[in-house]
Amino acid sequence: MQEHEVLNAEDFRIVGVKEDETDVLSEKTISFWGEVFRTFIRNKLAIFGLILLIIIFLMAIFVPVFSPYSFSEQTGLYNAPPSMTNWFGTDNLGRDIFVRAWYGARISLLIGLSAAAIDVVIGVLYGSVAGVIGGNTDNFMMRICDILTAIPNLLVVIMLLVVMEQGLLTMIIALSITGWVRMARIVRGEVLQIKNQEYVLAALTLGANTNHLIFKHLIPNAMGSIIVTMTLTIPGAIFSEAFLSYIGLGVTPPTASWGTMASEGNEAILTAPWRLIFPAILISVTIFAFNAVGDGLRDALDPKLRK
Amino acid sequence: MTKYVLHRLIHIAIALFFIVTATFFLMRLAPGNPFASEQTVMTQAIQDQLNEQYGLNNPWYVQYWDYLKNVVQFNFGESMKYRGRSTNDMIFESFPVSLALGGQALLIAVGGGILLGVVSAMNHNRAGDYISTIIAVLGISIPSFVLAGLLQYSLGLKLGWFPISGWRDAASTVLPSIALGISYMGNIAKMTRSSLLEQNTSEYVKLARAKGLKRWAVVFKHSLRNALLPVVSYLGPLTAGILTGSFVIENVFAIPGLGRHFVTSINNRDYTVIMGTTVFYAILLLFAVLIVDILYVLIDPRIKLEGADN
Repeated sequence: MQEHEVLNAEDFRIVGVKEDETDVLSEKTISFWGEVFRTFIRNKLAIFGLILLIIIFLMAIFVPVFSPYSFSEQTGLYNAPPSMTNWFGTDNLGRDIFVRAWYGARISLLIGLSAAAIDVVIGVLYGSVAGVIGGNTDNFMMRICDILTAIPNLLVVIMLLVVMEQGLLTMIIALSITGWVRMARIVRGEVLQIKNQEYVLAALTLGANTNHLIFKHLIPNAMGSIIVTMTLTIPGAIFSEAFLSYIGLGVTPPTASWGTMASEGNEAILTAPWRLIFPAILISVTIFAFNAVGDGLRDALDPKLRK
Repeated sequence: MTKYVLHRLIHIAIALFFIVTATFFLMRLAPGNPFASEQTVMTQAIQDQLNEQYGLNNPWYVQYWDYLKNVVQFNFGESMKYRGRSTNDMIFESFPVSLALGGQALLIAVGGGILLGVVSAMNHNRAGDYISTIIAVLGISIPSFVLAGLLQYSLGLKLGWFPISGWRDAASTVLPSIALGISYMGNIAKMTRSSLLEQNTSEYVKLARAKGLKRWAVVFKHSLRNALLPVVSYLGPLTAGILTGSFVIENVFAIPGLGRHFVTSINNRDYTVIMGTTVFYAILLLFAVLIVDILYVLIDPRIKLEGADN
């Protein structure tokens, strides 16, 4: 006969759980940007692109400062092949291509970054105003965008460059004059979407003020698209600059950009191929790097792709 | 459908009006004079006569109104640089060449792009995927004029497989078409790859596989059709890109197309030709995008047109 043991409340004790800690999460919480960062650094291609970009920026900043030549100085050697003194060779006017290429990097990157920055400012303002006000104002503002997108933007850019005085500023203005439309559309879309989300309503019900809504919900949500669009706008602008320089509408000499250098180099492809090859490699590597980082950011920021 | 097309046509008309007006006023503001290079050999009387002939002495609103009337009748006036040549003649002479070049580039972009994309997706994360992706990334990153120079140098000059320039026989069209189409090929390959990968994880593909269909049969019978929808929507920007890309490619390869005329007229400040060509390009692009949008709806029954009946 087995004797049943009688269990009393005193026989039980709490093992390893403290009453006051039940509300505490067991693992460290990861913020939105922390998660983005973790996804991003796992993407090898994007990290490779980022490293390339850092190298390109550092070279663009420091090479013209420390080089023995200036970008417009004539060394006395004309169309000389790459050597120990002129790493990328010299051009038909005897200028050192190494320093010109990195000086050109400043111009090309400046054009790309400024065009993207102007796009962001105008696009975010325009898009959020349209999205927040809504109704007829939104409708009217978006019809303007429709018409602007219908106009082929490279034609507009070419028209402007034909009419305005050639130079760096003209190029930046021309590239951003139609570029902001895409950004405006994306921001408006985000604002509209966020405005109608139930969590926004929930946050409002729980007593969130406008500041909280803007900084906790609107900005983190729209920021992803804004950053991705911006990173992908920069290579587009650099590409357009190279293209326009090539058809003779670029920055004026002696200023060098990658586009003007490649276009001058193309004429000498048989006699001095290095004049085309080095700027061409730099354009391609930069565009690749921006695209890789942009794609990586998009993957990291898109919650649909999260696993 | 009719309502939608009408809606779009009105948009196109408004956009064209903006373009025509903008080009007209921009050209009037432009520095430089198309007759400047001949000024030394021209007497005042000849200049006055020329200004009279091109209507440059009229007040701006008369000129603007005349220009609008002419554009509606598709008459873009006479070249200011090559006297006696009308812009219309130039467009109709050179456009067929550009159309042929653009068509071939489009075929390379779409055909090659889809092929690379399918190879990539079917060999996901294996050698085939990496090779196709590398080709696509190279295509996207290298500017077309650089690629054109490299092709001329390697395949044209060193190997002698294709003529370096010109537009005479089929062989001479190969290099320019490749140079023009390859960056779009890269984009299409990327797009096809990601959308095919997405389709391949969906339920109906699993079902088709479970029924015993071979992997490739599933791709060609089922998933590729759905995966190509983003590619169809890319055809609009693609057409625009190929058109503008031809400005450079036609110059590099010395092809007597419209793009080359356009660039020459820009450098000559030949205003009537610049304006005429711009408006012509704009019409072409606007209609190309409209056709693509209509096609998109016909292909995908899930899409309902904005402003359509029902």
